[in-house]
Amino acid sequence: MNTTSDSVTPPAPPRMLEWIQKNLFNGWLNSALTLIALVFLYFVVVSSARWAFFTADWRPVTTAPLLFLVGQYPREQLWRPGLSMLLSTFMIGISWGIWPRYLKAFSIFLVVLLAGMAIVPLETPTITLGIRAAFLAASLLIYAGYLLGRSKFVNARLAVMLWTVIAVLISLVLLPGIPKSSALPSVPTTAWGGLLITLLLAIGGILLSFPIGVLLALGRRSSLPVVKVFSILFIEVIRGVPLVTILFMFSVILALFLPAESRIDRILRALMGMVVFSAAYTAENVRGGLQAIPPGQVEAAKALGLNGFQTTTLIVLPQALRLVIPAIVGQFISLFKDTTLVVIVGINDLLGVGNSVLKLSPEFFRLQMEVYLFIAAIFWVFSYFMSYASLQLEKSLGVGER
Amino acid sequence: MTVAKPPQSERIPPWRDERFLRMGTQIVSSVLMLFLIYWAISNFIAITQQRGMPLTYRFLKEPAGFPISESYIPYDPTMSFGRAFRVGLTNTLVVSITGIFFATWLGFFVGLARLSSNWLVSRIALAFIEFHRNIPLLVLLFIWYFGVFVKLPPVKESITLPGPLYLSQRGLYLTWPRLTETGPLFIAFLTAGIAISVIAFKVLRERRIKTGQNTYYLPVSLALLIIIPVIGWIAAKGKPFWVDVPVLQGFNYQGGLRLSPEFAALTVGLTTYTAAFIAEVFRAGILAVQKGQVEAARALGLPPAQVLSLVVIPQALRVVIPPLISQYLNLTKNSSLALTIGYQELFAIGKVTINQAGRAVPVFLMVMATYLAISLITSGILNIYNRRVQFIER
Repeated sequence: MNTTSDSVTPPAPPRMLEWIQKNLFNGWLNSALTLIALVFLYFVVVSSARWAFFTADWRPVTTAPLLFLVGQYPREQLWRPGLSMLLSTFMIGISWGIWPRYLKAFSIFLVVLLAGMAIVPLETPTITLGIRAAFLAASLLIYAGYLLGRSKFVNARLAVMLWTVIAVLISLVLLPGIPKSSALPSVPTTAWGGLLITLLLAIGGILLSFPIGVLLALGRRSSLPVVKVFSILFIEVIRGVPLVTILFMFSVILALFLPAESRIDRILRALMGMVVFSAAYTAENVRGGLQAIPPGQVEAAKALGLNGFQTTTLIVLPQALRLVIPAIVGQFISLFKDTTLVVIVGINDLLGVGNSVLKLSPEFFRLQMEVYLFIAAIFWVFSYFMSYASLQLEKSLGVGER
Repeated sequence: MTVAKPPQSERIPPWRDERFLRMGTQIVSSVLMLFLIYWAISNFIAITQQRGMPLTYRFLKEPAGFPISESYIPYDPTMSFGRAFRVGLTNTLVVSITGIFFATWLGFFVGLARLSSNWLVSRIALAFIEFHRNIPLLVLLFIWYFGVFVKLPPVKESITLPGPLYLSQRGLYLTWPRLTETGPLFIAFLTAGIAISVIAFKVLRERRIKTGQNTYYLPVSLALLIIIPVIGWIAAKGKPFWVDVPVLQGFNYQGGLRLSPEFAALTVGLTTYTAAFIAEVFRAGILAVQKGQVEAARALGLPPAQVLSLVVIPQALRVVIPPLISQYLNLTKNSSLALTIGYQELFAIGKVTINQAGRAVPVFLMVMATYLAISLITSGILNIYNRRVQFIER
């Protein structure tokens, strides 16, 4: 006889009141804390909402959205940054198809963001239907690239080659143009600005500083004294001084050490500063990963007859880099945020555009809070989703688990 | 059966000899580096001769001729460039130390709040951390300076906070204790009291540990810590301090301690930004102490205070100190962003000096060397401390 079967009831689902009592009002101290937090939250939320919807004047942001995107880039040449965006989003899509684990979260975020940009309700004549269509196309191209990347037509090697070709094409031909040509008239870098520069500096800085950082990390652990001492000196000096001084060094001091007639473009100089700075920090992160690889791995590789180069590239680095993905993504996020410092050497990045928008009209004179909060929001969205994507990646790679 | 003997006298060809390859790599890389340096320096000498600005530090003795809006050591434009440089250095140190002090405390409390069992408190802490970690520091400084401190009301309508503390366009005026004539005497007694009680604590505790007899080290040192300053207070006729209250006179406040809007914005920005990172450091440190450690300490019968001071904090510190050092250094280096909001610290003064004296390279070398020295000294001191709190393993 089974008498217990009808008396067993499944555990009741946690009820809201119970949850509230358990998490917010267990004991008088916690209840007091909750009440204080509620009052604080109420004032913060109400006053900021009131400010954002009634007091704040968002005209500096809404009247000149194109300035924030591309700066003074000639409006009749807008198709060039537009095409650059389409090409890169397509490549991001292909890469998502090839390396889904690494790029899934970030690509989906981009799809949503770009689609959002296409339909953002802004009634300004500068945002034409063509621009909206470009954003929508970019969003769709990511997905199209993803489908292509999953198919058999492209593999990782082809994707890397395509990336290299497109990066060179965009940064050296498409955006700056070719002197004395009618199809691609050259656009001086002084006209570039806004998000365009911020993204160029960030992506260029990440792509260039990563290999240099890995080389420096290997150099620091090298058994060759000259290489080792040079790497240590480089890393420690760069890490000991602020980024501002390095940017300043490249933008002002560097010219004094080059032949008098040579000229390096100022955006390139700023990029060099960012790369040098970020490489030193990347090197330290990678070194952490290298130190975590047990010596048995190297010994086993040598026993199998691999030479030093093969041991490093096939055995040590893949494992070490996997271990330090969170740290490196963190470094990329801080590099992305640090691109704002190029304002100090007079480059018109997102923050620089913000400063100049304030001078557009005397009515905007006191609207700094609105403009800077808007810029902060852009950076926040990108950085937050980069760190979110890295968290997803860690989970899927099982870093820190056995 | 004969075993094929390896040819004895075969010499490894140089391109496969590891020793040769290693030497070769080093020589080639050194020669390349030296050549690059030689090339850069010869270019530099050519340019300096052409423009006539020799690489000497003699200009440091010349009068600077530019004003500095705030300075903690006496300065006026007739003083030398070297003096201006020292003003910049003190300004950097003052803002960094202030920022480090507040950021540590704020970070500690936000980190605790993040770990709170109260869901709402923990979420508010999370929002604070995520807000600051994902925006550039420069934008945050602009928000605080141009968005808040510049927008404060004029002096006549200044906001009064308890203290009294006055907030206006001219900056912050706070009530501040200042020493009277007998003040230094009291300060001397206070320092002596702290020093003597620390020494007494260490010596007596050492004896307690060695001999096992109760030396009452805690009450004795506490008594010393209280009695000696009290004697000092009496010797100072009970009035070592007077309270300097800011008073509105005419168009501005007189008295009190004035903090410029630039300094205030920089301190607040650096503090909140770094505190978000420090909060995560503390959180990781506290989480790193295994639950079993606390349970074991309780099972041994330690009272809660000792569980904390003897078991949890020493182990948490071990995890916390290294990243905390790098956050302190970051804050110090980030203080160089002050030039964008007009607080004249080391880098800003260096930049003005370059414009005034026209000697970019020597000034720039000085600025970089100073930052490097600050970084190395700070990390050196904290590394010594770190070595003391680390457990010796194996």
